[in-house]
Amino acid sequence: TRASAGSCGREHDLIISPFFDNSCIPVDHLLTVSLFSFAFCLALSCSLSVPLSCACCRCLMHIPAADSTPASLKVPSHSPYLLIGGGTASFAAARSIRARDPGARVLIVTDEPDLPYMRPPLSKELWFSDDPSVTETLRFKQWNGKERSIYFQPPSFYINSEELASAENGGVAVLTGKKVVHMDVRGNKVKLDDDTEISYDKCLIATGGVPRNLQVIERAGEEVMKKTTLFRKIEDFKSLDNVSRNAKSITIIGGGFLGSELACALGRRCKTTRQSGLEVIQMFPEKGNMGKVLPEYLSNWTTEKVKREGVKVIAEALVKSVTCKDDKLEIHLKDGRLVKTDHIVAAVGLEPNVDLAKSAGLEVDSDFGGYRVNAELQARSNIWVAGDAACFYDIRLGRRRVEHHDHAVVSGRLAGENMTGASKPYWHQSMFWSDLGPDVGYEAIGIVDSSLPTVGVFAKATAKDTPKAATEKSGTGIRSESETEDTATSPVASVTPLPPVAHKDDYGKGVIFYLRDKVVVGIILWNVFNRMPIARKIIKDGEEHADLNEVAKLFNIHED
Amino acid sequence: MSSVRQEGKDKIIFVTKEDHETPSSAELVEEDPNDPYEERGLILPNGEINWNCPCLGGMASGPCGTEFKDAFSCFHYSKEEVKGSDCLEQFRAMQECMQRYPELYPQEDEKSSSKTSQDSTEESGANSTSASEQDSNTSQPDTESTAES
Repeated sequence: TRASAGSCGREHDLIISPFFDNSCIPVDHLLTVSLFSFAFCLALSCSLSVPLSCACCRCLMHIPAADSTPASLKVPSHSPYLLIGGGTASFAAARSIRARDPGARVLIVTDEPDLPYMRPPLSKELWFSDDPSVTETLRFKQWNGKERSIYFQPPSFYINSEELASAENGGVAVLTGKKVVHMDVRGNKVKLDDDTEISYDKCLIATGGVPRNLQVIERAGEEVMKKTTLFRKIEDFKSLDNVSRNAKSITIIGGGFLGSELACALGRRCKTTRQSGLEVIQMFPEKGNMGKVLPEYLSNWTTEKVKREGVKVIAEALVKSVTCKDDKLEIHLKDGRLVKTDHIVAAVGLEPNVDLAKSAGLEVDSDFGGYRVNAELQARSNIWVAGDAACFYDIRLGRRRVEHHDHAVVSGRLAGENMTGASKPYWHQSMFWSDLGPDVGYEAIGIVDSSLPTVGVFAKATAKDTPKAATEKSGTGIRSESETEDTATSPVASVTPLPPVAHKDDYGKGVIFYLRDKVVVGIILWNVFNRMPIARKIIKDGEEHADLNEVAKLFNIHED
Repeated sequence: MSSVRQEGKDKIIFVTKEDHETPSSAELVEEDPNDPYEERGLILPNGEINWNCPCLGGMASGPCGTEFKDAFSCFHYSKEEVKGSDCLEQFRAMQECMQRYPELYPQEDEKSSSKTSQDSTEESGANSTSASEQDSNTSQPDTESTAES
């Protein structure tokens, strides 16, 4: 498991901890940091504790939580740096700008009522919390046991918008509850929904997206819409949490990351004593969970895991219509099946928000959606786009649009660098991860599309291993379940004779390569952690490798 | 012994620990330590501090970012025997700033009680510092040549 993997299980955004925990500091930084921290202590004759303890690399910072009361709502007429959107990409850009431009004045404008926060815990960690007030505190336990808030920073980190122009060292101000509705590129200014205008020198568009809905639900009328959740924001989490405490049956439509994570979270919740009465159904058109991401054998394996989390999975399900009858929803599938449920969660994708394209005269990509930008994330002079809404040119992998948290961090940071004169292309490949409950996880990087040919290399269980011993050794907790797995249905083509012990297909640990024209364009690390740098290197190289088993050796999959 | 199976376009290989014990024959492209596109660690190849290093978290960008940068820069370039001893003002300014934002930089109460033993703390501190400075002299070449992980 991540915890037993030693230092930061997830790479990226390591936080130095001068005074406490050195395990997360990369070796080449360690000496500098520890000398600095010691000198600091020495100079002050007391130690100053700066709580930069090792944060889960998925998060930008480890700061104690505070409430989300937003800063002042007064609108400044000008901001040198204007960031449209208050999500992960925008926050990463703000931090990058402040790091590189001393005293920079940065204004974030968001139509949400909340300060910038991270999204992944909304469909994962927050659901595993034992704290009954979690919907208020929005705090969760990271993989390393330490607690933090989903907010990147508490309110005291930000300055008031009124103070932005005069603050001696600049700062970051957040304008909440305001929507940018019009962009004047020639005049370098935007207009808000209250008709006020803000001019800028450099602008970032990080507007993210809006959850898609099924047409059949939109057409089904208000009664059905009222019992449907489109999941994206804090308010959606609170609403679904509330529904899950009262409903008898919830159906998730969608078999991708969000749908599967929510299904597992709700399924796990119904296994605990609090929610023993809740039925959790998940339905999707594919043959198995993550059918568009994982090769079929692994998608099947994953689906079995999802079922063990207490979810009733209905695969190959196409929704024909949805009606509301006697205060219950009736989902009619095209194959004639009928599913009755109290509430629907539609997790069928994200529509990137390109509302400003028209007024700004910005190009929208017809293949991937989103604003079309170059390799340096620039749309026009003085305008950059980052995060879910950016369709960018990836030098290695080609034009793409990525909807993951780490990409928002990486692209936001890059946009911030380029807004302060760096002129760097998208080069450091972002990663993503998914958890199927707290015991099983995988990390991925690059293009991970199940339609590509794949080569999966898995650690074989030996005859000596008992399921229990293997579980304890690897910490994955899967072996015990693998006994009842279905074996593959395709004919076996063995290169070497199989060992006498007939092992079931046990995809406990391994690495899967995704190939395009014989080059590895994507990698999944299946229950192995701490190996992302080597995966990133292989993708960056873009070489043709004759034997991927040799490449797999670089990952040491048999070690923890 | 490894076993290989093909399911349509997907190849599945199972390998034992022994199978993977022999060194890999896969070739990786040599890293360019001066590649301008690469993400850098805390210290750039030219010796400057990378304020945008993810490892710094929000230290360089928060309300005390300027004070932090001043203190850390001073320390980094300090040539004193006790490194950073010429940076007391900057450290103090940083601490003062951080104390104004206890939410962002919580203080540990028990450590600030030893005002009277200030001299002895500095003495023992000085001894330790010179010891670690010795360490730093011997290990510095390694530090500088380590590729960014």
